[in-house]
Amino acid sequence: MRGILQILTEEWTTSLPGWVQALLRALLLVLPLLILVPGLIWLERRLLSWMQDRIGPNRVGPKGLLQPIADGVKLFFKEDITPSHIDRFIYFIAPAIALFPAFAIGGTLPWGPLYWLTPVADVNIGILYMLAISSLGVYGVVLAGYGSDNKYSLMGGLRASAQLISYELAMGMSLAAIVLATGSLKMTSIVYLQQQPLWDTVNILQNWFIFTPFGFISAVIFLICMVAETNRAPFDLPEAENELIAGYHTEYSSMKFAVFFMGEYAAMFVFSGVFAAIFLGGYNLLPIRWEVLSELAPSLAGFCRFMEWMNVNFSWLWFLGKCAFGICVYIWIRATLPRLRYDQLMSLGWRSLLPIAVTNFMLVALWMVVSRVYGPANGWISYFVGAIIFAIGYSNVTSASRRAKGDTLEQRGITMTDGGARRTIEVIK
Amino acid sequence: MLPEQITPGLLVFAAMGGIAALAALGVILFPNAVRSALCLVLNFFVLAGLYFTLGAELLGITQIVVYTGAIMVLFLFVIMLLNLAAPQQLNEKGDIKKPLGVVMGLGMLALILAQLQVAIGKDFGPRSEANFGTPEVVGRTLFTLYAFPLEIVGILLVVGIVGSILLAKRKI
Repeated sequence: MRGILQILTEEWTTSLPGWVQALLRALLLVLPLLILVPGLIWLERRLLSWMQDRIGPNRVGPKGLLQPIADGVKLFFKEDITPSHIDRFIYFIAPAIALFPAFAIGGTLPWGPLYWLTPVADVNIGILYMLAISSLGVYGVVLAGYGSDNKYSLMGGLRASAQLISYELAMGMSLAAIVLATGSLKMTSIVYLQQQPLWDTVNILQNWFIFTPFGFISAVIFLICMVAETNRAPFDLPEAENELIAGYHTEYSSMKFAVFFMGEYAAMFVFSGVFAAIFLGGYNLLPIRWEVLSELAPSLAGFCRFMEWMNVNFSWLWFLGKCAFGICVYIWIRATLPRLRYDQLMSLGWRSLLPIAVTNFMLVALWMVVSRVYGPANGWISYFVGAIIFAIGYSNVTSASRRAKGDTLEQRGITMTDGGARRTIEVIK
Repeated sequence: MLPEQITPGLLVFAAMGGIAALAALGVILFPNAVRSALCLVLNFFVLAGLYFTLGAELLGITQIVVYTGAIMVLFLFVIMLLNLAAPQQLNEKGDIKKPLGVVMGLGMLALILAQLQVAIGKDFGPRSEANFGTPEVVGRTLFTLYAFPLEIVGILLVVGIVGSILLAKRKI
C-alpha cells in the first residue's frame, strides 16, 4: 500500500531538477549524522551516569541538553598544541581519515522503502561496500599513532590495526551467512526479505533475521565485532587510558581531538544503523505483517491499515528508533563490561567468534539446501542437528588436543588478604 | 564546449587515472617507507574507483576489501613495528638492477604505447555488456564455467594457510 506522503514526496522529488535531488540526498546523508552526534554525546553521558547511579551533566539547558554545545565551544577555544617532532602531513590528515568511513557508510543506509530515502545510492554490493569502508576506518587511528611521534600513540595505533584485522574476518563471515540466506548483497533487498513470513512458516510475523536461529548467532557475532571495530569499551584497547594515557590521540588537542571524538560517535551511529537494517528488520516498526493480520481478523482491518500507513510513511522514524536502540546497547555494554586484556581480545576474536561464524555459514548452506528440497521444517531440523554435530566434534577435537599437549593451563593463584578461600585463575598460554 | 567524446564519466576516469599514476610514482620516489605505503594505499583505493567507473563493481570492492583494507594495514603494521628510518641505507649503488630496471620499464612503456596507439582516436567509453561486473554475473560465471579453476584456487589457498601456520609455529 502506498501512503499519501509516499506518493506526494515521490512526485515532488522527481519533479525537482537533478542537482536539487542530489543536494537533498546528500543532506539526508550529512544532516542526521551532524545533528545527532551532539545528542549522542549527551545521551551517552546521561545514560551512563544513570546506570552508574550518578546524575550526570544536568546544568546547561533543560536536562543538560545543551551540554554538548558548551563542550563544543570549549573544545573550539582550547589552545591547539602541535608537538614539534611530528610527521606534520600524516598528523594533520589522520583525524580527517578517521571521520571519513562513518560518512561513507552512512550513504547506503536505507531509511525507508523509497529509493531516495537511501541517501547516496542503494549499491548492488551494499554489504561488501560496508565491510570495505569500515576496514578503512583503522587508517585514521594507525596514522594518528604513527604521525604524533609518541610511543604510547604508536602502541595504540598498532593495537588498533591488529584488532581490526582480527575482528574484520568474524564480521565478514557473520554477514556472509545473512547474504547467503538473502541471496543478495543489497541493503534494501535484505530489508525486503525480512518482510517475508517468519521461518517460511508463520505467516503473520515478519522474518527479522534476529528471530531466526542463524540470524541470531550472526547478530551476536556482528554486535561484538561492531563494538570492536568502533574501538568502544570493552574493546577500547587502542586508547586504554590505564596503559597508554590516551592511546592514539594522546598528542591531539582542541578541534583535532574533537574530530576523532566525532568520528567515533558517527561510526557508532552508522554501525547501529547497519545492525538495524540487517538484523532488526530495517525500517519496519513491528515484526507483524499487517495485511495478513487484517485478513485473519477482519475486525482489526482499520487498525491494520492505520499501522501499515504509519509503517510506510514514518519509516525513517522507526529506523532512527532502532539506531537509538543500537546506541543504547553500546552504552549499556560500556557501563557493564570491564576492558578486556589484550590476549583475551585476540583469543575471543580468533578462537571463538571466527569458528562460530564459519560454522554458522556452513549450516546456513545446509539449511538452504534441505529446506528447498524437503520443506522448511526439515530444514530447521537439519540446521539444529548440524549445529549439535559441530559442537560435539569441536569439543572432542579441543579436548583431544589438550590431552595430546599435556597440561597447557598455567595455574595462577591469588590469596585473598582477608584469609578467604584461595581462588585460582586459569590462564591460557 | 567540450568535444562530444569527452563525457563527465570520462573526465572522472581520467582524474582517477591521474591520481593513481601520481600515487604510483610516489610509492617509488618517497624515501620514507610509511609515505610510500600510504601512496600505495591511495593507489589501490583510486584503482578501485577506476574499476567502478568501468562497471566492474565487485572487482573494485574486492580490491578495497583485500588490498586497501587488509593487506596494506598489515604492511603499515610491519613498517611501524620495524620503524624503518635511515632512508640512505636503502639506496643501492653500483647495482646492475638499476639499468636493467630502466630497460625493462622502457620495454613496458613501449608495449603500453603500442596498445594505446590502436585505441587512440576511437570511442573512449567502456564497452562492457550491461551488468558485466555485478556480483550475480561474476558468481554465476565462477561457479559454472570456471568451477574447476575456482576449486583449485581454493585448495591452493588452504595449502597456503596450513603452510603459513606450519612456518609460524615453532612447536606443533
